[in-house]
Amino acid sequence: MADTKAKPGLLLDIRNLRIEATVFPPGEAPKNIVLVHDVSLTLEKGKVLGLIGESGAGKSTIGLSSMGYGRGGVRITGGEVLLNGRDILKGGKEGFRKLRGREVCYVAQSAAAAFNPAHKLMDQVVEATLLHGTATRAEAEKRAVALFKKLSLPNPETIGERFPHQVSGGQLQRVMTAMALCSEPDLIVFDEPTTALDVTTQIDVLAAIKDAIRDTHVAALYITHDLAVVAQVSDEIMVLRHGRLVEWGGTRQIIKEPRQEYTNALVSVHEIEHAEQKPGATPFLSVKNVTAAYGGSHIKVLKNVSVDIYPGQTLAVVGESGSGKSTLARAITGLLPPEEGTVTFDGRPLANRLADRPKEDLRQLQMIYQMADVAMNPRQTVGTIIGRPLEFYFGIRGRERDKRVAELLDEIEMGKGFLDRYPAELSGGQKQRVCIARSLAAKPKLIICDEVTSALDPLVANGILKLLLNLQQHEKVAYLFITHDLATVKSIADSIAVMYRGEVVRYGAKSKVLTPPFDAYTDLLLSSVPEMEIGWLEKAIKGRRMASAGN
Amino acid sequence: MSSPILKLIAQRVALGIVLLLAVSVLIFAGTQILPGDVAQAILGQSATPESLANLREQLGLNQPAYIRYFHWLGGALTGDLGTAMSSGQDIATSIKGRLWNTLFLAFWAAVVAVPLAIILGLIAVRYRNGWVDKLISGLALASTSFPEFFIGYVLVFFFAVKYQWFPAISTVYDGMPFGERIQAIALPAAALTLVVLAHMMRMTRAAILNVMQSAYVETAELKGLSAFNVIRKHAFPNAIAPIINVVMLNLAYLIVGVVVVEVIFVYPGMGQYLVDHVTKRDVPVVQAVGLIFAAVYITLNIIADIGAIVANPRLRHPK
Repeated sequence: MADTKAKPGLLLDIRNLRIEATVFPPGEAPKNIVLVHDVSLTLEKGKVLGLIGESGAGKSTIGLSSMGYGRGGVRITGGEVLLNGRDILKGGKEGFRKLRGREVCYVAQSAAAAFNPAHKLMDQVVEATLLHGTATRAEAEKRAVALFKKLSLPNPETIGERFPHQVSGGQLQRVMTAMALCSEPDLIVFDEPTTALDVTTQIDVLAAIKDAIRDTHVAALYITHDLAVVAQVSDEIMVLRHGRLVEWGGTRQIIKEPRQEYTNALVSVHEIEHAEQKPGATPFLSVKNVTAAYGGSHIKVLKNVSVDIYPGQTLAVVGESGSGKSTLARAITGLLPPEEGTVTFDGRPLANRLADRPKEDLRQLQMIYQMADVAMNPRQTVGTIIGRPLEFYFGIRGRERDKRVAELLDEIEMGKGFLDRYPAELSGGQKQRVCIARSLAAKPKLIICDEVTSALDPLVANGILKLLLNLQQHEKVAYLFITHDLATVKSIADSIAVMYRGEVVRYGAKSKVLTPPFDAYTDLLLSSVPEMEIGWLEKAIKGRRMASAGN
Repeated sequence: MSSPILKLIAQRVALGIVLLLAVSVLIFAGTQILPGDVAQAILGQSATPESLANLREQLGLNQPAYIRYFHWLGGALTGDLGTAMSSGQDIATSIKGRLWNTLFLAFWAAVVAVPLAIILGLIAVRYRNGWVDKLISGLALASTSFPEFFIGYVLVFFFAVKYQWFPAISTVYDGMPFGERIQAIALPAAALTLVVLAHMMRMTRAAILNVMQSAYVETAELKGLSAFNVIRKHAFPNAIAPIINVVMLNLAYLIVGVVVVEVIFVYPGMGQYLVDHVTKRDVPVVQAVGLIFAAVYITLNIIADIGAIVANPRLRHPK
């Protein structure tokens, strides 16, 4: 090809890549921001490079640049992207279309959203192959079925006849990998391919992707924010932050001997020491034999669930999606009245229905949600949002309210400067802090935290967890902490309830629940959490006693 | 075809029948509330109390309203729409030819307007926010904003008077050759097309733009599909439900809303028939035409609902 500088064996050579976007801040003139600052990388044929960093690090933007693609007005303004020895940025629109789906394929984070709901899976899997004319329809379909088999999908011969909504999330993610492999590309960009999955499903998909990469000798850019995951599949890891290169090295070096402080922070992020508190004499909230169902008792989502919460302590409820964790919260708060069983609070039963509960009971139970940005009114300022429970529950107004709001802002480690800001002007972590302050304003005995750190970057999530622990010490508030993330559980819980298909399968003090012997499900859950250890994946797959439900 | 879909469709059809019955009650009640009755209208100035009573007896107007309603409804269901007062002719017979004329005009207007609107919508999305998009949207909006009589007269002025390509008056008669018939309705059909085009085009554009944000559209782009194929293969099938709805609304308008256009072009359709008899206060005809228009409207909306149900793969292929 024209560029002879390329080394043999080199597939992708990105040189001084600069990517910019125009942003339109409210009330200001549009301005240009640089998303990626002169990043260079190389990838050899058949190798896997992990791109890792928090949101806004530019990892997806860099990954997509290898296909000449920019999301939502993002522009490549500098540098070269050499693929197979030629600069693809000089090829123009036609050039991009010829390489997309042929030389480079893409696997998106949420396959459930990335498949077109109107077409059968097979039509979508072979679409790129047929478009670029690299095989006939019969050949492409044969190839697809072979890939379905390789990715250990059930019924590989017929799964292509199904529509996306008829297949589970973990399976769809593997079908999407098959779709990327079907046109036999040189490079696949995996963009957080397992992030949206349950841990127990993630491990299967991860193993399938790893095998497929090895057997097809395709090269890959593997984008994720989870170092433990990327350590399983990558040959090399590149750490990015704010669009700049932090560190680039072999997988072993990055996770064992990180040279940069930031990499070190990422590697050690999950470790919070939290000494377990012994349960007190009497719980203040008891859930007794609660059964609840949606759609007129057809689908039982909670079956005979009993748990206790002690003052000032944390009960963590863990399980995968669909296990009934959030439904338990809905039953406790009265949003979904239980069909059987009772919820006792301070020695007296709580009314089943939310509408029948007095204001005082409502005040004692507050909630924080996963998506902080949709849990706040976008047209109210932080001051109004935090002040509202003070007015509603205590009738505090005027200067006294403002004083209390300032105190609460202080408690969540945000200054008075945020009083007049709107939610849209806050970062993800700050939004969640405001939600915490709002729930604290009611001076509740219990705060139900529903996946409050799941949408946050690890370092930010870590800060939120530390804040929650501090507040618990000061305010003596108890938490019902719903999560699918076992690392979080270890950091914050005093007792743990493991849920599986609507039932509590294991319940007790943290130390007891996390000590063997385990029941089969808890074992699966614990062994599925990725560890920052090369070779963990193979060991974990081998040691499993039951298959995960997502398959 | 699976049972949940059949159940949904059966529900829609049943709902449509109930709705049509309710509308028939309203039409009947509405004409009853008007002062005077048929006997008075027939006798006019020459009415004496005795002759009125006699005629009422003869026409069965002394019976309670609900009995007359069921009598009228029973007749309508068996194809007997009563007799026009003004002419004494059987309404069903005179409507038959006119309904066919209206459907003929609506059909050809739709054959041009629907594909044109959808194609223009697709093109507008392809070149969204560019000058092509703005030109299409602007012209379509302008054509809708002009009153239909204005468009009608402008078309007559240019194509009938100045260039003399088409007749200004759309006379059709039984046994007219197809080609001549088409030539006769060309101008009213063009006027109708211009009236309904923008609504469907704008809806197509909006519905497709809505799905252009989806992750699967990005997947299609990253497979290397051309911009137009991304829209046609991946965006359009998912935008079809709202498009069907607005298309059906406009088809209904083509049939029941053509009054003004038919009058301008003196076209012997339902609209003109209705206007003629409203001025003559011929209540049985107004009732009959009202019932037919309601039936058309409800049927097309049921078709839109069913179309939206069938277009949804989740309903078509349950888990």
